[in-house]
Amino acid sequence: MPHINVMTREISFKVVYCGPGLCGKTTNLRYIHEHWNAGHKGKMIELPTETERTLFFDFAPLDFGEIGGLKTRFQLFTVPGQVFYRETRQLVLKGADGIVFVADSQYPRMDSNEEAFYELKEHLQGLGRTLEDFPLVVQYNKRDLPAVATVEELRELVNKSGVPDFEAVASTGQNVFETFKALVKLVLAELRKKK
Amino acid sequence: MAEQQLVMYEEEFVQIQAVVDRLLRDAMAKVVMLVDMNGQLIAQSGETDHLDVVGLAVLTAGNVAATGGIARILRENGFAIQFHEGEKANIYTFLVSNRLILEVVFDARTSPGLVRLRLKKAGEALAVILEALSRKQNQPGFDLHFEGITDEDIDNLFND
Repeated sequence: MPHINVMTREISFKVVYCGPGLCGKTTNLRYIHEHWNAGHKGKMIELPTETERTLFFDFAPLDFGEIGGLKTRFQLFTVPGQVFYRETRQLVLKGADGIVFVADSQYPRMDSNEEAFYELKEHLQGLGRTLEDFPLVVQYNKRDLPAVATVEELRELVNKSGVPDFEAVASTGQNVFETFKALVKLVLAELRKKK
Repeated sequence: MAEQQLVMYEEEFVQIQAVVDRLLRDAMAKVVMLVDMNGQLIAQSGETDHLDVVGLAVLTAGNVAATGGIARILRENGFAIQFHEGEKANIYTFLVSNRLILEVVFDARTSPGLVRLRLKKAGEALAVILEALSRKQNQPGFDLHFEGITDEDIDNLFND
């Protein structure tokens, strides 16, 4: 749920990038943070292991200026993707207003995509939500690599519910902002629904 | 299980800020922060000009969340108080009604014992305010004005 401060007229949303290990969640966050207007962002925080894989979470705070008369901030998080960090993922996902599921398009990563997606589905079910009614966007990352699955194959695996999806190359920024923008729209639409 | 949304109103915000300011003085601390469980900063007081308070708030919430995970493994109800001792800076954190985190950063100008004492008292005062705030959450009276926002407005935000 967004945090709202009536007195300072501020609203903060939490957005989480999840997906299997090494799918490019941190790369998405880094790209958005690096290319965001310098005066409208806080410091990005990364908590990596010695092998540069995310241990707990990465975090990037972005200011959007005013939306609907409120100063609006989005706080972007990633979760650690490796299977054995399930407990940590649940902690970071808690309280998320929107989720980007980043899938790795490479054929050898299909099992990992499926496993990570199943866990996300379970998490949403635990919140009493479904894939269709929660602000969720899917990104098929690493489209520039050889031996990638077709978008149809990926959709069959992780997007049967037909949420907005994007083919991306996070390392070059291709469709990184488009993915994020689609999620921002869904998150704000969710808020409008509640009023 | 859906979490209850916390909307901060002016009356309670002023009261909370007063408690946080008083704790800073009474404990002779450097910084006092109140953070929600998602890492959103609610109130702050003290020497925060050159401090990344947003980052500190998020990491504090992450730390408390991880400690909660440890408590579950040990079949504990939770760890209400945490203490971090550094060479120059020390930190005490206190869980308020399992919903907010009160954090005090302090140095050698004061003592851990005094900070802990004042922290608990401030935590109790905040719990009372939080209770009043929870009762208010379902009342109407604050219009978000999000209804009129179009996709075009959102596109424009990304074009700046």
